[in-house]
Amino acid sequence: MIRTEEMLLNVGPQHPSTHGVFRLVLKIDGEIIVEAKPVIGYLHRGTEKLAEDLQYTQIIPYTDRMDYVSAMTNNYVIVHAVETMMGIQVPERAEYLRVLAMELNRVASHLLWWGTFILDFGATSPLLYAFRDREMILNLLNELSGARLTFNYMRVGGVKWDAPEGWLEKVAEFVPYLRGQLKGYHQLVSGNEIFLNRTKGIGKYTKEDAINYSLSGANLRSTGVKWDLRKDEPYSIYDRFDFDVVTREEGDALARYYCRLGEIEESLKIIEQALEQFPKEGEIMAKVPKIIKAPKGEAFVRIEGSRGEIGCYISSDGKKEPYRLKFRRPSFYNLQILPKLLEGESISNLIAILGAVDIVLGEVDG
Amino acid sequence: MVQDLLESSAGLFNFGIFFILAVILLFVILGFVTMAILAERKVLGFMQGRYGPSHVGGKWGLLQSVADVVKLLVKEDLIPKAADRPLFIIAPVIAFAPSFMVMATIPLTDKLQFADLNVGVLYYVAVSGLTIVGMLMAGWASNNKYSLLGGMRAAAQMISYEIPLVMSVLGVILLSGSLSLNDIVETQRESGWFILWQPIAFIVFFIAATAELNRVPFDLAEAENELVAGFHTEYSGFRWAMFMLAEYVYMFAMSALITVIFLGGWLPLPFMGFIPGAVWFALKFSVVVYILIWFRATFPRIRADQLMEFAWKVLLPVALGNIFLTALIKEIFLK
Repeated sequence: MIRTEEMLLNVGPQHPSTHGVFRLVLKIDGEIIVEAKPVIGYLHRGTEKLAEDLQYTQIIPYTDRMDYVSAMTNNYVIVHAVETMMGIQVPERAEYLRVLAMELNRVASHLLWWGTFILDFGATSPLLYAFRDREMILNLLNELSGARLTFNYMRVGGVKWDAPEGWLEKVAEFVPYLRGQLKGYHQLVSGNEIFLNRTKGIGKYTKEDAINYSLSGANLRSTGVKWDLRKDEPYSIYDRFDFDVVTREEGDALARYYCRLGEIEESLKIIEQALEQFPKEGEIMAKVPKIIKAPKGEAFVRIEGSRGEIGCYISSDGKKEPYRLKFRRPSFYNLQILPKLLEGESISNLIAILGAVDIVLGEVDG
Repeated sequence: MVQDLLESSAGLFNFGIFFILAVILLFVILGFVTMAILAERKVLGFMQGRYGPSHVGGKWGLLQSVADVVKLLVKEDLIPKAADRPLFIIAPVIAFAPSFMVMATIPLTDKLQFADLNVGVLYYVAVSGLTIVGMLMAGWASNNKYSLLGGMRAAAQMISYEIPLVMSVLGVILLSGSLSLNDIVETQRESGWFILWQPIAFIVFFIAATAELNRVPFDLAEAENELVAGFHTEYSGFRWAMFMLAEYVYMFAMSALITVIFLGGWLPLPFMGFIPGAVWFALKFSVVVYILIWFRATFPRIRADQLMEFAWKVLLPVALGNIFLTALIKEIFLK
């Protein structure tokens, strides 16, 4: 009789495929995971607590650093919350600029995910292709906001900068270019037998599980739930655009892959329509008081971020700082299903499952 | 010349000549390894839309690998406290030595070969199988869980893929009637390259060879994204370089072996005999190396259990079928 022993394996916090400082304590039997315990908090900076001592405008850069891959949507959720409380009407042009920035950022975020997801399987080339195209988006956003990652672009009542000359044309050129590239992506990866073998049926969960675990974004839509806040609870000007909510029925890693790639295409549609409807002139800032004070009370807004629903709750006692600020950070919620998914899987599947969930540690740890 | 030497009596002088020849071969191979690493990085760069090395040694980065080696040599020699010291130190040597030993039987041209063993193929397979001992040792001695997993994976993989590798080459041996690599090439002079006669064997052999080389898509033993760096996680500096060296020397040896067995070694294409054999060998050999690099740029990594399944359920039956088919054809048509 051979004696076998369970082994404790620490994956992370420094590990190539934990996408940041995420730690998993695994009990493994050979290469099979018996128990998985996620440990988070290595990147905790206390954004919510810090915000209690900051004026509303000062909070915006902190949101950049939560989900640093898709900072525009984070920017939006905080200004949207304050605007809702103060009842500010944002000018048209600013709204269009915001939507363009958010959708471009969503595409950039999904491209990064696509590259790293396949990198986790050991294929290095797709990452570089994805980065090449993401780079173009970052350049566009750089021209718009002056930063490549932590944009700090939106303000309560509008946006900081107007689009520079020729910027809209550049975006218009970029959309068909990326459509062509997406075809190449599908040719390169989607049909690859090894890739299919590694993602089909891996990390599967049902619709009920997804809802019970409060998953959102592509993680939820991959199970067949048609839920996208841009469509179901339109905020900003999303009700003016015609786009689909991409869903799949399978609920496995491959379904999430297709959902995210599909979302890129839908975002491109939105960008195209936004460019068509873009108002020729107009203000980019509403009339807002010099010092922003949210009225006494509380508000909760939620929007569809790149990784799921981002929520922002503000409780104000009428001062220029919030009394309490709380973000619903989608990566954090999406991560909760991980221990359940990992049980009984092998270490090779671990990275596929973790990769498909798509976490950004800045957002998980807050 | 080599043949005469082999047949002459053993003496200090002959030993000296052999020693010098071996050193020359070592340097040739080291030269190849530095160039192969550079070529790999350049080709990968080309396929991935970037430049690759372009600063050290001119705009093609010709001295990049040299700079890397120097850097590795002068690096601090780290041995983890909890490691099994003797095993940890000897493992890279054990992994590297066989990779160089197999070079002895490979005929680069009809004249340039160190030992024309009459069991050349068998020798290659047997000796190259020793490397796995080094890897397993490294995995165990590092006292690191990732290393251990990597070492175990490497062992399982090597054993599984050695079998289809040998089985596929049996078809060729049936046709050539010899295990000597020289004879295998000579047979191809009359019959044409074995890639034409043994396409199934070639495919099986190529896949198994890629797995033996631990290259994408079979690089599970050092799967960076799962096991950090597998069996050499704890290695750094020159000890790590030894593992890498072994890997690239094997790449050299395996590509040479494929060239010899399936692509007719130094034999020219028809009507192109005016180009010397060494050039032909180098050309065919480069094509094989290029394909291996191409693999690396294209494929994701296969999963450990799928790897095993593939070896035992697909490759082995196909290889066995190929032997049967070859024997049948030989018995009926070529008698």
